[in-house]
Amino acid sequence: MKIKALFFAACRDIVGNRELDLDVGEGSQVEDLKNVLLVKYPELATINNVLSIAVNAEYVDGNTILNPGDEVAFIPPVSGG
Amino acid sequence: MFKIIEKTIHPDALYSDVLQDTNGAVAIFAGVVRNHSGEKRTDHLVYEAYADMAEKKMKEIGDEIKSRWGIVNLGILHRVGRLEIGEISVLIAVSSPHRSEAFAACQYAIDRLKQVVPIWKKEVGEDGESWIEGPQAAHSGN
Repeated sequence: MKIKALFFAACRDIVGNRELDLDVGEGSQVEDLKNVLLVKYPELATINNVLSIAVNAEYVDGNTILNPGDEVAFIPPVSGG
Repeated sequence: MFKIIEKTIHPDALYSDVLQDTNGAVAIFAGVVRNHSGEKRTDHLVYEAYADMAEKKMKEIGDEIKSRWGIVNLGILHRVGRLEIGEISVLIAVSSPHRSEAFAACQYAIDRLKQVVPIWKKEVGEDGESWIEGPQAAHSGN
């Protein structure tokens, strides 16, 4: 199934894109997608332990199950203000 | 009003929005680009946001303030793009019947914004440029 992944700040620099359309298996969890990306972009490991994930603009835990068309955002520690 | 915007933020941008005849206090906080970070000189900052989610999270901060202090007259603006020294990056305005809730809610709003709202700043200075990262993950559980 297709999902859209969004990358911000340091994540975007590592991945080289702000947005990627990706194919993931039915029933995939957020954690599964993250593991796929960690293999593809090993440098993500440097911020993995402080990375937050949002699905459709809401923070979620790693065991959240993805659905077709979901927008999954990779969010480094925020620094607004 | 809870908005991510690209244009200059003026210090009075939210004042008339939050004013109410029943309220005797307006607290306004402006976050401003400063010319240094620790020992290093800053030339300018670049802010980036996940705008849809940022506006949603700022509204949620408004809801938290409403349930905690009963305050409904407040607004948050955050700018993105390139900002020069002295320009306003974030503006928060809160009005309430008396000053203590206005001050407390204003402080709460900026503290929460810095924890959970998906906005990032990049410092550009004499040593090049780098993304600044907050002290911890915005959400634990990954």
